[in-house]
Amino acid sequence: MAFTISFHKPSALTNTVKILKRSLNTTRVLANKQMTVRDALNSAMDDEMERDERVFILGEEVAMYDGAYKVSRGLYKKYGEKRVIDTPITEIGFAGIAVGAAMAGLRPICEFMTFNFSLQAIDHVINSAAKTFYMSAGLVNVPIVFRGPNGAAAGVAAQHSQCFGAWYSQCPGLKVISPYNSEDARGLLKAAIRDPDPVVFLENELLYGNQYPITDEVLDKDFVLPIGKAKIERKGDHITFVAHSKGVELALDAAKELSSVGIEAEVINLRSLRPLDINTIIQSVVRTNHIISIEQGWPYAGIGSEISAQIMESEAFYHLDAPVIRVTGADVPMPYTKSLEIAALPQINNIVDAAKKLLGV
Amino acid sequence: MNGSSVLRKHSLKNVLSIFESRFFSSTSEATFETKPFKLHKLENGPSTTVTLSSEDAIKYYKQMQTIRRIETAAGNLYKEKIVRGFCHLYSGQEACAVGMKAMFRDTDSIITAYRAHGWTYLMGVDPFSVLSELTGRKSGNARGKGGSMHMYAKNFYGGNGIVGAQVPLGAGIALAAKYLGTGGVCFTLYGDGAANQGQVFEAYNMSKLWDIPCVYVCENNGYGMGTSSERASASVAYYTRGDYIPGIWVDGMDILAVREAARFAIDYCSSGKGPLVMETATYRYSGHSMSDPGTSYRTRDEIQEVRQTRDPITSFKEKIIGANLVNIDELKQIDKEIKAQIDDAVKRAKADTEIPLSELSGDIYAKPLETKVRGVSPFESLEHIRIGQAVNLN
Repeated sequence: MAFTISFHKPSALTNTVKILKRSLNTTRVLANKQMTVRDALNSAMDDEMERDERVFILGEEVAMYDGAYKVSRGLYKKYGEKRVIDTPITEIGFAGIAVGAAMAGLRPICEFMTFNFSLQAIDHVINSAAKTFYMSAGLVNVPIVFRGPNGAAAGVAAQHSQCFGAWYSQCPGLKVISPYNSEDARGLLKAAIRDPDPVVFLENELLYGNQYPITDEVLDKDFVLPIGKAKIERKGDHITFVAHSKGVELALDAAKELSSVGIEAEVINLRSLRPLDINTIIQSVVRTNHIISIEQGWPYAGIGSEISAQIMESEAFYHLDAPVIRVTGADVPMPYTKSLEIAALPQINNIVDAAKKLLGV
Repeated sequence: MNGSSVLRKHSLKNVLSIFESRFFSSTSEATFETKPFKLHKLENGPSTTVTLSSEDAIKYYKQMQTIRRIETAAGNLYKEKIVRGFCHLYSGQEACAVGMKAMFRDTDSIITAYRAHGWTYLMGVDPFSVLSELTGRKSGNARGKGGSMHMYAKNFYGGNGIVGAQVPLGAGIALAAKYLGTGGVCFTLYGDGAANQGQVFEAYNMSKLWDIPCVYVCENNGYGMGTSSERASASVAYYTRGDYIPGIWVDGMDILAVREAARFAIDYCSSGKGPLVMETATYRYSGHSMSDPGTSYRTRDEIQEVRQTRDPITSFKEKIIGANLVNIDELKQIDKEIKAQIDDAVKRAKADTEIPLSELSGDIYAKPLETKVRGVSPFESLEHIRIGQAVNLN
């Protein structure tokens, strides 16, 4: 930290212990069904393929292998080789084919085995998919979803551990989604497939196997979540945590820990990185007067940087009692070394410490 | 190439031609012989015997001449600094586009690179709209927002500025045709420079694996920017470079040869046999773009020689006059009409206005989720507006 944060708002902390844990209603959660993120994604694609004949999946190992991460499991058996297409390991070629098919009226889901490999194809994501609608003055829109695991996995070193949230979010013409749990994954993927614009859908490998409670409403075939709207995962009055994907999990865990010392953090799950639901963030900051962004991606020109800049340019700035702080991946390529990998990624204690520093406790 | 297509038989000679109406020629149909096609992994190729009606002769002549005029006008507008940025001219290559387009059915599509003015016109866009796009005005095909390299029409997917990127896109358009069962094929055009792009071979591979009805057309004009094909390609037999994909070499300066090859390609690809590669040997008179005088890597004599001996318009003109399909007065009249049409289009394209500033934030998304778009400062908020008829909205 290049500066010491000495200013805080003690008044907010004095009446902290007022609504301690009242909101946790465990019986309702237990009554709900559980679903893994993987199944949520799989069922979303299944629903949409059933709903619209033009929807098809292509990518490496999506068909006979059932998906490198088993996200497309069973779909090849159900829909056949016309609609679930195994491609050779040639990203720029199949991404280009997918974009061309979208221009000509289909609704492709283009799976990248991981988003690290999307770099081979980034020209088609940016130049062919994102810009064509504008360049054609609103004639040729490109309804396509690019999806796959993004961000750091575990023990896979630098070339396979990178978050592309900031990269793709920078480009107008794209919509960028980064879901956290099963509800997000299902509702947002279905929305993405139905959307007439190109959508980059950033999943997280480490979350695929996680179970999350879901309601019957989420399982409904017509369930979709609005793209561009964040969700407040946890209410709190003292500080705002804004995060996406795996970062939400970290933020929730940090909030739980802080709660035991009387600090109530509000946790915002961004869900979409573009559009960014800055209004939800501002409204929260106006109440909490403190904000920390949390992401696994690099700090430089990252999602947190954008949030910070947008807060500076909004009325929320005048409500801040402390500077905006970013908790991010370290500014280094990902090491394979286990201890170093841990040090390169934000941990719960990093968030807890940052929050305490910010609040002056 | 000179005399590659010779008048073969022409039995009816009308001795009373002097009394003919200037709008009707003496012969309604003639047959020509094209230069032989070179074949790769094909037992039979296109027919070298070509029949041409006087009606089609006039149509093709008009189309080629219109493209030539549009390009001359574009070059002039560029020199006047009215056309900005990039401007790649098609002069010399007209027979390629007109020959292919002659065989298109309603279901066939095309995608090309950045040498797109002629194709835009052929796919149904008025020359005025092409030129207005070049001048960046509101009557432009893309309302002036795309410029020289980005124009679109029904079944025409641009106008693409990234060398080689249009090739997998074209394969995807063809995939969609197969998927939807339209029976159409996609002509996917690229130059000899782009022919070395890795993604071309990725597209070849997948389209052959999946029997995609894609006609890959390598327009070999001899130079990728200033690098001759021999200096850039380990093999300049572009029609063979699909390896496992059959290919045809075509004299791209002979519109009738290109037409026959296109006829063959459409038959081949729409019969479920998968993709085909077609190389059209052609030449560009101008530099790569307007900033290139086009003389450091080739000689003026070379350009002059092609103009004099292989020009696609002049050679076609001689051919159809020689075959008595049209008379010279008729063509002179056509030339005059086209000149007047393009002159008028230029005038209007210059006088036209640019779109209003409100369109800066127009059509970024087909389904915008935010009403506000950030301008250059937080104090300059823009409104997202929708104008174009998004073709894949529902």
